[in-house]
Amino acid sequence: MAHEQHGIYEPKNGFMQWIDVRLPLPRLVYDSFVAYPVPKNLNGWYTFGGILSIMLVVQIITGIVLAMHFAASTQLAFNSVETIMRDVNYGWLIRRIHANGASMFFVAVYIHMFRGMYYGSYKAPREILWILGVIIFLLMMAAAFMGYVLPWGQMSFWGATVITGFFSAIPLIGTGIQELLLGGYAVGNPTLNRFFSLHYLLPFMIAGVVVLHVWALHVTGQSNPTGVEVKNFRKETVPFTPYATLKDALAMVLFFIVFAWFVFYLPDYMGHPDNYIPADPLVTPAHIVPEWYFLPFYAILRAITFNIEIPFTGIVLIDSKLGGVIAMFGSIIVLFFLPWLDTSKVRSARYRPLFRQFFWIFAGVCVALGYLGSRPAEGIYTLLSQIFTAYYFGHFLIILPLLGWKEKPSAIPASIADAVLADKKA
Amino acid sequence: MSANDVKDPNRRDFLYIATGAMGAVGTAAVAWPFIDQMNPSAETRAAGLPVEIDVSSIEAGQSVTIMWRSKPYFIRRLTTKELSEVSKVSLNDLKDPQAADERIGGSEVKDLVIVASNCTHLGCIPKEIENGAEGWKCPCHGSVFDMTGRILRGPAATNLPVPPYVFATANKLIVGTTNPEDA
Repeated sequence: MAHEQHGIYEPKNGFMQWIDVRLPLPRLVYDSFVAYPVPKNLNGWYTFGGILSIMLVVQIITGIVLAMHFAASTQLAFNSVETIMRDVNYGWLIRRIHANGASMFFVAVYIHMFRGMYYGSYKAPREILWILGVIIFLLMMAAAFMGYVLPWGQMSFWGATVITGFFSAIPLIGTGIQELLLGGYAVGNPTLNRFFSLHYLLPFMIAGVVVLHVWALHVTGQSNPTGVEVKNFRKETVPFTPYATLKDALAMVLFFIVFAWFVFYLPDYMGHPDNYIPADPLVTPAHIVPEWYFLPFYAILRAITFNIEIPFTGIVLIDSKLGGVIAMFGSIIVLFFLPWLDTSKVRSARYRPLFRQFFWIFAGVCVALGYLGSRPAEGIYTLLSQIFTAYYFGHFLIILPLLGWKEKPSAIPASIADAVLADKKA
Repeated sequence: MSANDVKDPNRRDFLYIATGAMGAVGTAAVAWPFIDQMNPSAETRAAGLPVEIDVSSIEAGQSVTIMWRSKPYFIRRLTTKELSEVSKVSLNDLKDPQAADERIGGSEVKDLVIVASNCTHLGCIPKEIENGAEGWKCPCHGSVFDMTGRILRGPAATNLPVPPYVFATANKLIVGTTNPEDA
């Protein structure tokens, strides 16, 4: 699909011409990040894609440096992390950037995803773009989980035990799969070694999928807050450079201020004190909770405390453990189907009065699940987790499909230009 | 007219299928070592031999933790009060019904509970509930087990497994086998 774009690449000198007919990489960069047209009405919420790319770079650079000082052995890992914190020159800074960087990465990705949901960015023709994003999210979760195991503290060890335990829920072959993943009967040295290897690999896999994600974005063109496609390229778009680059750069600076605040003033705020106790296979910490970005999924996992049976026979179809694991993975898998579950033809929540309300209820439910995930699994917390888990799935499987034909959208502007001019007048 | 246009199976089709099948078998044969290397190594498997414990020093109401296959196991001697309480539990109230005496062992008096310490939900280690005869509670996801390791409530679906064990002599317990010769 050939695009109109703002300007054509012209090699400035003989050397650039020589390159251009052999490997036109400068031309690709020019077409993709200079002349590429972006809708002129993009707001601040659209800067998180750029922030996420820079966060991936930050994590890879700090991670490569940390790997130079880390020892992936159950005997050495905990102490090598302490050595990084106390003895390695600027080790404390680099590790805190890496550890808090993971949290900031998830802050950015959640904003990016909710922005996509609010403005209907996943709708045709951007389904593959959205699906690639969900794949990146899954890879990020795997990378974050394995990274958290490496310092070999109590939360590392028990987090690894709980999460690899998910696989033992699979009927018949579950225990075999769990032993295959662990390289033993319990979490141990082989587990730590392979997690380190995979933790190093995953960011590069993420980078690969990011390339596809950006490619898909550049084929369909960016969505925008009105959800109306670009109709007049001259009136409704601006060149990526300088407009989007500078706006993204400003957003990155603001984001990095918050990031730096955590790194320098609250470096352990998002961690757990228990992870400063070396791993002990004999004692589970009294309150084991994952990192904050996994809490909603953790709440969903714990919400299934009942077996699912064939009525009146007592034959167990899905026991509570498998049920919890299915619900937790299902809560992410359902995102893959979002482009088809949302049946409304209107993209942006701006013109969908009912959807807008349900969107904010859904966002509130996700936050509530996050809170419940941090609470002990008992009494009212379990009941509330069950109610909110049901709502989470209801949002995707019942509310979104029904809204598509029940809801009466408000007047959609004829074009981006009309919407922008209307805003100016108001 | 090329060989591909012939409808009947001929030599060319046979060659395609044979080559494809050979390729698939070859790929699987190469893939297997790369998958199987992740399974427990010979060293790890060898460390899974049976372990021997002298249980004479365990008092009633006391529990000790032993390690077998790098996982902890509880050995608890039940008090007479606990013994009568676990036998009173109705099997209809249990998720994973099993009679209490099937889960209690001993060489002369049957009062020893020998169970895996890892919760059958996701593997955390339940703590003994203080000031109550109920049993163990998992700190991770709140599963509660009775004194014989039977699941009472919470997300776990099955009882704490009883490992294979045997008494070589009155007080010498071997966990990890049912054959007294293995000690």
